[in-house]
Amino acid sequence: MQKENNTSISSAATSRVRHRKRSNEVVPEPSKANGGKMLVDDNNKYKSMWIRTYSTVWMIGGFVLIIYMGHLYITAMVMVIQIFMATELFNLLRKAHEDKHLPGFRLLNWHFFLTVMLFVYGRLLSQTLVNTVTSDKFLYQFVSSLIKYHMAICYFSYIAGFIWFILTLKKKMYKYQFGQYAWTHMILIVVFTQSAFTVANIFEGIFWFLLPASLIIINDIFAYIFGFFFGRTPLIKLSPKKTWEGFIGASVTTIISAFVLANILGSFQWLTCPRKDLSTGWLHCDPGPLFKPESYTLPGWISEWVTWKDISILPVQWHAVCLGLFASIIAPFGGFFASGFKRAFKIKDFGDSIPGHGGITDRMDCQMVMAVFSYIYLQSFVVREGISVDMILDQILASLSLEEQQILVMKLGQILQERIGQS
Amino acid sequence: MQKDNSAPTTPTSARARHRRRSNEFPADTSKTNGHPLCANDHNKYRSMWIRSCSSLWMLGLSLLVIYMGHLYILAMVIIIQVFMARELFNLLRKAHEDKCLPGFRLLNWHFYFTAMLFVYGRILSHRLVNTVTSDKIFYRLVSKLIKYQMVICYFSYIAGFMWFILTLKKKMYKYQFGQFAWTHMILIVVFTQSAFTVANIFEGIFWFLLPASLIAVNDVAAYFFGFFFGKTPLIKISPKKTWEGFIGASVATTISAFVLANIYGSFQWLTCPRKDLSTGWLHCDPGPLFKPEYYPLLPWLPWTEIAILPVQWHALLLGLFASIIAPFGGFFASGFKRAFKFKDFGDSIPGHGGLTDRMDCQMVMAVFAYIYHQSFVVPQDYTVETILSEILNSLTLEEQQILYKKLGQILQERMFGRD
Repeated sequence: MQKENNTSISSAATSRVRHRKRSNEVVPEPSKANGGKMLVDDNNKYKSMWIRTYSTVWMIGGFVLIIYMGHLYITAMVMVIQIFMATELFNLLRKAHEDKHLPGFRLLNWHFFLTVMLFVYGRLLSQTLVNTVTSDKFLYQFVSSLIKYHMAICYFSYIAGFIWFILTLKKKMYKYQFGQYAWTHMILIVVFTQSAFTVANIFEGIFWFLLPASLIIINDIFAYIFGFFFGRTPLIKLSPKKTWEGFIGASVTTIISAFVLANILGSFQWLTCPRKDLSTGWLHCDPGPLFKPESYTLPGWISEWVTWKDISILPVQWHAVCLGLFASIIAPFGGFFASGFKRAFKIKDFGDSIPGHGGITDRMDCQMVMAVFSYIYLQSFVVREGISVDMILDQILASLSLEEQQILVMKLGQILQERIGQS
Repeated sequence: MQKDNSAPTTPTSARARHRRRSNEFPADTSKTNGHPLCANDHNKYRSMWIRSCSSLWMLGLSLLVIYMGHLYILAMVIIIQVFMARELFNLLRKAHEDKCLPGFRLLNWHFYFTAMLFVYGRILSHRLVNTVTSDKIFYRLVSKLIKYQMVICYFSYIAGFMWFILTLKKKMYKYQFGQFAWTHMILIVVFTQSAFTVANIFEGIFWFLLPASLIAVNDVAAYFFGFFFGKTPLIKISPKKTWEGFIGASVATTISAFVLANIYGSFQWLTCPRKDLSTGWLHCDPGPLFKPEYYPLLPWLPWTEIAILPVQWHALLLGLFASIIAPFGGFFASGFKRAFKFKDFGDSIPGHGGLTDRMDCQMVMAVFAYIYHQSFVVPQDYTVETILSEILNSLTLEEQQILYKKLGQILQERMFGRD
């Protein structure tokens, strides 16, 4: 995430610079020009650090505000970020010359975007949507039939886009158009995979969204700081400004702060309770065994120079250590991928929406890898009791009528009695 | 699917299998001949003979595999998939860069196996569990594997991702990223359709056989109608396709959908779903879709009434889709070949090109058949029985008891709420 932002800072670096027009061409290899310089030896480093800090503070402030406001607003924020990312990426590899000959081609991109959005969010939020509208019978039936035919609707929307694409193929533009088509699909996969998993995490409990995101931010910030003060040995050829000192220092810091943060975040019910519908009010729930503190007595030699006799640890903190390990060791590869991609296609940043940081995709590249991992970790290793029972129960209540439910209960009772009788 | 068969130079024995045909795009035939349409082509009878021969071989092989059962069809789908992937992986590789990048091809196959593990794991997990319920140790091993299936696939993918990043070489970045994106697109295309095909197969071979037959019928009918009546070109991308072929094939496909559904629907081997991975005979209650209903006919016909399976009406819709929308898969493949300037995806099948050339319309159809089945066919059968079997299959005994208690409580609340 550390940028080569030295040469372009020269122009008016007032603290409220928002949309500085920075050329998007690649800066000639700074390591050759300055003779192997590291961030430590950079003259403009303090100025760039000030700008980065300023925008970082703004981003974190906005982030905290949205977390306070709730699940629905976080989902809205994720969607907005998604749209901006997709816009940045769609614009990246377009060529102005060909685009003049292909009117309506950009519209096709957005058609596919909306189709995928309908598909992904429809699947994720169908159950919560049904739970929200149970009060009104007419709306309930309408929503239920929408959900039942949801896959068919999305499929036909995609096929319509596919046919539209084929009918607008123009001679001598085939290669460009097919390239754009493949590029659109790749963008949509990248953008929507991570946002789908992010939204799924949010509705399991804001904790499972906030903790991974915070860990990535901490890893970034401390890699920057450690590299700033101690950086000497280069880490990888792809990102010449990253150093081993920064990497290791950030890893240690991330793991420790994972342990601590999980304790802090786990004490708020607002963060740990899952949300079953799309309401926005306060949440109360039984957090489950993961968030109940367990006390461990400290061994003698520690409790001598520390005032506490025993320490309470939430079981979730051990899970957080695993998340921290992943965030510090594997998630940076998302950043390397983005760096390599920018070098391959000779672009400096994905966009310039955020001063000092580049575009939104530059911020989100490691977050994406982390979001997917935290969802899969959550589903596989964080055992939540009765999950499949709840799912089938929801299914029964949603699809059977009252009489059918009673018949089901009777039959199930009979079968269970037979089985208990056997064993 | 109709090819530019303008240059079959080598001797055309009926068993010509691997004819070496240059894969470059021939100069625009429309300019050289002056009449691009099939009806005036000299070599058309010879090419028709070759195509018919290979079509018959493919048909015979498919029938044999279908006779043998679900598991063998699954194996056939997997084999076709591997060959398609290989054709497509080889397409856009450049020999020069590949010399500098050892082990890069291996990365493609790593991602391929990850995707295969993911897709088939999800689809077949239930059936695998049902197959091994006899042996306790095996059962636990398989259950654990299934529980952690997503994690295993994810870490396999991440390993490939990290491997890719660590092997990025200076001055090769653009090629490598291009290959990475290309690999993902290939895997999506190949696995989406095969995943849905396999899902269809286990719902009942009928739901795999009918769409595939309709595409084959559409192809063959379009070829013959174009051969005999073709005059007006259909679309610029495929200059050999004609409106006459298209419309004739549509009518033929829709009618044969109606008829074929009747024929296929009478075999239990084709209509019963398969709940596990066994290979024996199947017996089941086919469901209301496959029970004939009798409609009285007009009095001047020899039969007084006609038996129609309700599934035939669904088959009409499948036939409509197969004739009108599935050909766009073929147009897509044609456009793609023109864009990147090659003639065929491969040359495994004489007269037809590579495997991908055969499967391009099938892919669009397989996805549609699955979605149609899930949206419009299945929910009608969603009864107490299906949920009961789902409960008994996927929950442990303790979970079933918990469910029973919770459901009882909810129902009691609702009853009291009403009164």
